[in-house]
Amino acid sequence: MDWIFLSELAINGALTGLLYSLFAIGLVLIYKASSVPNLAQGGLTMVGAYVVLALSHDAGLPLWLAIPLAAVIMFGLGFGIERVALRRLAGRPVVMILMLTLGLDIFLRGTTLAIWGGTSRSMELGVSYEPLFMGDIFISRIHLVGAGVAIGLFVAFMLFFRSRTGIKLRAIADDYMASWSVGISVERGVGLSWALASVVAVAAGVIWGEIQGVDQALSLLLLKGLTVAVLGGLDSILGAVVAGIILGIVENVGSDFLDPLVGGGSRELIVAAVLILTVMIRPHGLFGRHDIERV
Amino acid sequence: MFYRLSGIHHANYVSDSRIFKVPADRNLAAFVFLFGLAAPFILPSLYLNSYMLPWLIWTAAALGLNLVTGWAGQLHLGYAAVMAVGAYSAIHAARFGVPWEFALIIGGLASSVIGSLFAFAALRVKGLYLALTTLAMQFVMDWVLTHSPAISGGSHASLQSPTLALLGQEITSDTGYYYVAFGWCVLVTIFMLNLKRTGLGRALVAVREKDFAAAILGVNSFYYKILAFATSSFIAGVSGALLVATFFFLAAPEQFSVAVSIQVLAMVIVGGLGSIIGSYFGVALILLVPGLVNGFVATASQSLGMQINVETLAHIPNAVYGALIVIILLIEPLGLGKLYGNIRDYLLVWPFDQLRK
Repeated sequence: MDWIFLSELAINGALTGLLYSLFAIGLVLIYKASSVPNLAQGGLTMVGAYVVLALSHDAGLPLWLAIPLAAVIMFGLGFGIERVALRRLAGRPVVMILMLTLGLDIFLRGTTLAIWGGTSRSMELGVSYEPLFMGDIFISRIHLVGAGVAIGLFVAFMLFFRSRTGIKLRAIADDYMASWSVGISVERGVGLSWALASVVAVAAGVIWGEIQGVDQALSLLLLKGLTVAVLGGLDSILGAVVAGIILGIVENVGSDFLDPLVGGGSRELIVAAVLILTVMIRPHGLFGRHDIERV
Repeated sequence: MFYRLSGIHHANYVSDSRIFKVPADRNLAAFVFLFGLAAPFILPSLYLNSYMLPWLIWTAAALGLNLVTGWAGQLHLGYAAVMAVGAYSAIHAARFGVPWEFALIIGGLASSVIGSLFAFAALRVKGLYLALTTLAMQFVMDWVLTHSPAISGGSHASLQSPTLALLGQEITSDTGYYYVAFGWCVLVTIFMLNLKRTGLGRALVAVREKDFAAAILGVNSFYYKILAFATSSFIAGVSGALLVATFFFLAAPEQFSVAVSIQVLAMVIVGGLGSIIGSYFGVALILLVPGLVNGFVATASQSLGMQINVETLAHIPNAVYGALIVIILLIEPLGLGKLYGNIRDYLLVWPFDQLRK
């Protein structure tokens, strides 16, 4: 057994996994505040990436200005989606809410591609593609940057949830009625969670757009993001980060073992298997709350 | 006025549990049935082949999903995978030389077996977690399909369907294909209409509303959940097989991908959970409207002299499809079936309800 090769796989897997976390944090934020599984996060990520591209390449703004501006636009979009669509379905059965977010996902993807076209474009962040060597292990720079962003966002959200607004959001996540009765605006809180998730989608869109190009494939991250979110427990941001690292390592190392056996492409299979096993064995995930109703 | 109610008294259980309690409904259904029978002689074959036929087969499939999601209340995001099992087993059986009648049944049964695997997830969790598990199972099935040449038909990953032949008759004409689809859709519709008034249907509804309460009433929710999944999978399998045999003529994995699962679920939810007429409307809306809108946009832009990018035009149907789902859910979360019900309720008492106000 080649330990250096294995640890290289594991470290790069963990870094990729942190990028999945970047995606999953958006899901968790919304689920935490409103128990809505946001299947439109893939579409939002795509829109985020395309808005950054539109501002930087088409409008000619520098990236350091385009990304915050895109974040502001997406903040508004997230608020808008909650205000127009989600609020009216509050309290409906989960199947309708799932369908609504799926419909939003399809709509966002279709509209984005109709406006900007489907050809893959590159983000051109300016991160060099030279691999970084740590001893004998080589690491991709952009993955390292992305992992840094994911951890930075994690720390930022941890601090945010200690602020006054953050505490309100936690109260909303805990109990709608009780927060209402002490005068917290639940609607605004839920809207804020959508807005924040859309901002996270910009970060995920920029990093993933740099790695695999800005195109329709960005929304295919949904299964991986969902798996990470479920494995971590749908309402825990810490869970999303830890589960991201775990899934990344399992996927990278596991596919290296399985690919020769099944003839390639076993990543999807491993992710789906992790999702099924998590739901079957421990539906509330690693750090989630235990109030999931079993049959 | 439109629904004459005078003289209609349901004085015993048999008459009260009729499928059509009001004669007007029965007449309407009979009219639609006759129109369906006469369609090949009325409609041009292009419409018959590219609109009516897929509409009917997808309606049968959507009714199957409605059985498990609308009646039994179990979320299912892997329905296309189950259809794929039916399609591939039926076509492999037919290529092997099994008569098509039996090949279709083999496809249905194979789907039932695999579909019941999905039910084992339903025995553990429900709601969102069931949706995610079935979604993951769909990915697993996709993977198996694309990675096993023995099933998907070699390097080109497509499988030619042999000529459909039922009751010793080879079916090759458009009219013949249409009647096969029509017959299957009518069969499934009659099954679903009757389901409402049988013990099975009531047990499924009890399981949907609250499985603990159903258990207290003596309804074994495990048994009925598996039964619901197996039955709906059978319908899915035969529909999938017919879809390939009469419409695609070639089975390929992407015909049964995740997007298709989402599409069938959208048809059911836009149509209305637990509504049969709604499924017809939902399928028509999701299947046909995006294409129509695209054609409209194309002609409108041409007549206005505007140049619309080809790529833009290619993605408009998707945007319209997503927007349709969102808009219908926002207008009426219970779907088109409920909208139809509202109109019918209004017309039921039409000139006279004005007197109350």
